[in-house]
Amino acid sequence: MLTIENLHATADGKPILNGLDLQVNAGEVHAVMGPNGSGKSTLSYVIAGREGYEVTQGSIAYQGQDLLAMSVEERALSGVFLAFQYPVEIPGVGSATFFKTAVNAARKHRGEKEYDAMEFLKLIREKRAALGIDDGMMRRALNVGFSGGEKKRNEMLQMALLEPTLAILDETDSGLDIDALKVVASGINGMRAPERAMVVITHYQRLLDHVVPDKVHVLSSGRIVRSGGSELALELERSGYAGLGLESSAAA
Amino acid sequence: MSAQQEAAQAVESYAGERYKYGFVTDVEADSAPPGLDQDTIRFISAKKGEPEWLLAWRLKAFERWLQMEDEEPTWAKLHYPPIDYQGACYYSAPKSDADRPKSLDEVDPELLKTYEKLGIPLQEQEMLAGVAVDAVFDSVSVATTFKDKLAELGIIFCSISEAVKEHPELVQRYLGSVVPYSDNFFATLNSAVFTDGSFVYVPKGVRCPMELSTYFRINAANTGQFERTLVIADEGSYVSYLEGCTAPMRDENQLHAAVVELIALDDAEIKYSTVQNWYPGDAEGRGGIYNFVTKRGACRGANAKISWTQVETGSAITWKYPSCILQGDNSVGEFYSIAITNNRQQADTGTKMIHMGRNTKSRIVSKGIAAGRSDSTYRGLVRIQPRAEGARNHTQCDSLLIGATCGAHTVPYIESRNPTARVEHEATTSKISEDQLFYCRQRGIDEEDAVALIVNGFCREVLQELPMEFAVEAQKLVAISLEGSVG
Ligand SMILES: Nc1ncnc2c1ncn2[C@@H]1O[C@H](COP(=O)(O)OP(=O)(O)OP(=O)(O)O)[C@@H](O)[C@H]1O
Ligand SMILES: [Mg+2]
Repeated sequence: MLTIENLHATADGKPILNGLDLQVNAGEVHAVMGPNGSGKSTLSYVIAGREGYEVTQGSIAYQGQDLLAMSVEERALSGVFLAFQYPVEIPGVGSATFFKTAVNAARKHRGEKEYDAMEFLKLIREKRAALGIDDGMMRRALNVGFSGGEKKRNEMLQMALLEPTLAILDETDSGLDIDALKVVASGINGMRAPERAMVVITHYQRLLDHVVPDKVHVLSSGRIVRSGGSELALELERSGYAGLGLESSAAA
Repeated sequence: MSAQQEAAQAVESYAGERYKYGFVTDVEADSAPPGLDQDTIRFISAKKGEPEWLLAWRLKAFERWLQMEDEEPTWAKLHYPPIDYQGACYYSAPKSDADRPKSLDEVDPELLKTYEKLGIPLQEQEMLAGVAVDAVFDSVSVATTFKDKLAELGIIFCSISEAVKEHPELVQRYLGSVVPYSDNFFATLNSAVFTDGSFVYVPKGVRCPMELSTYFRINAANTGQFERTLVIADEGSYVSYLEGCTAPMRDENQLHAAVVELIALDDAEIKYSTVQNWYPGDAEGRGGIYNFVTKRGACRGANAKISWTQVETGSAITWKYPSCILQGDNSVGEFYSIAITNNRQQADTGTKMIHMGRNTKSRIVSKGIAAGRSDSTYRGLVRIQPRAEGARNHTQCDSLLIGATCGAHTVPYIESRNPTARVEHEATTSKISEDQLFYCRQRGIDEEDAVALIVNGFCREVLQELPMEFAVEAQKLVAISLEGSVG
């Protein structure tokens, strides 16, 4: 579904990704780990098409299409979803309003009838209950004054509503308490499906205890330096990046 | 050639050659020839069958206006070429049905496209586009039921010309009592030449059960460029008045100088909402309307309340400061404003809150949004008079910039002459951030919709003050006004 070959990308003229290869098939869940500053979020931005990140070499194919030729919203509408490491606040825009706008943009794109307020309320009620999000949060402005954990759960809710084909979750487990972590993990597991792929960026084994990945990759200095099965994460947990012969960010 | 000159010329050629030896009042004529002198005013007044006192008032205003030549305001942050007041035409009869489009097929498709986007029902579209009356659905009967209901409650809602005839004592008592004929250059001009407008009187203790809206009179009168509105809420009454319309209004007259006066007696409340979307001109600002309005309300009695809410998106130039004079003790004034400028538009708008009575309160929430090469200025005055013990004001002024070529300015004037008063002013200026846009677009919302969403969020505090009838359309209007401002 996603084939990244020899990807080089810069931001502000600074090389961040340096020849990255990654292959993700439908139905799979991949974990991407790596020291701070190794380029994980940058990879997610390049896949989503964020301005300011320039691809200088390489290619990304998504469902056989040249992803890099598509605009940000085209990518989103064709099923690419990014759960942000730092979700953005939009003052004055109610969360429910925002979600409805997004869901209806997707429905319109697929030639389906847009949801009216009542239909949407019903849909959102089902989805948010599973993530333990209360109704009050839906009425607040998007991410404004939300706690770190609330913001992350809010990203998960959007994934559930938009039902993407390729989801990239950038540290969705960071800042979650133990119970919330379980809720988010079961949210992710609930969305595993044969036609869907997920790339989970994380620093911690504790998420992978719940969401067992098909593959684990280690990103360092803008390259995938090790790939393996779920046992690779356990190895990392034991010996750290230094144990892999990599510089940890603390040492860098 | 300006729209005004064009209009003037059209009228000229239609009316035939100009009178050589001054203007001989010809009441039979449909239109006054371009130009402004005493005769023009007599003509207007005669056309309307006005009583002597009103003609005298108009003439006094005109005399004053002639002395004001140097008083055309220049303090606003607005730039426009000099206006040729003698080139304009001050009275033209409403268009006859023969001149109106017979159906929407004959209406400018661009205009229809906008109606469509705003979700305006077909029948209303016909009214707005000025389709000949008999082709329009039975708007007359709607208006009649509506009037009957108001009459039962003793509420008077009619054109000001009608009020002059039917209720002269009310008009004479209140006209010019809030905005005197000598008030300012544009208000004085209006006092001399106003042609029509609305009149509302709500009797003691009556709560007007519906939003009074100029919509209902849309084909009753050609309200014209010098509108005059007078709203009186007697003791303990309440009225909500909607002015304007989200649909773009085209007008051959470039200059608009309206006056609105509100009077709230003891315990009365007036809520006055405006959506203004006159033609802003083309992308270079050519041909847009100049809107110089004087709006002022007086809280004459104790516990009175006047609340202005405005959504200003149209016009090439907006010069407008809806104000409250808080005379009664404990009276309350509010001003909620959204001003959106795009392309070459310029807006200098704000309010004046004059605290005279004890414990008077005022609240100002202004949201200015500038895009393109436009300029938006908030200009506000809060004055606390010595007697205004315990007065309170809170002002919140937020500006949002879209792009790097527009400007937003905040000019607050505060004059406090009572030490017990508390005046608070907060101002912010922000931009739509790349982060916000990226976030929205990543969710499949295209850039234009994302901007509309973010701007609507920015304006939310004001939008929620609008009556339901306006709120939904106003949100769409925000989106339409900013089309083409990104990317
Ligand atoms: N717009 C930018 N301009 C300049 N440098 C950037 C920009 N974006 C990212 N970088 C740099 O690129 C490197 C990789 O950043 P990135 O956010 O991708 O790391 P990460 O692996 O997600 O780290 P973390 O684990 O801390 O989230 C960092 O050194 C960062 O400072
Ligand atoms: Mg990161």
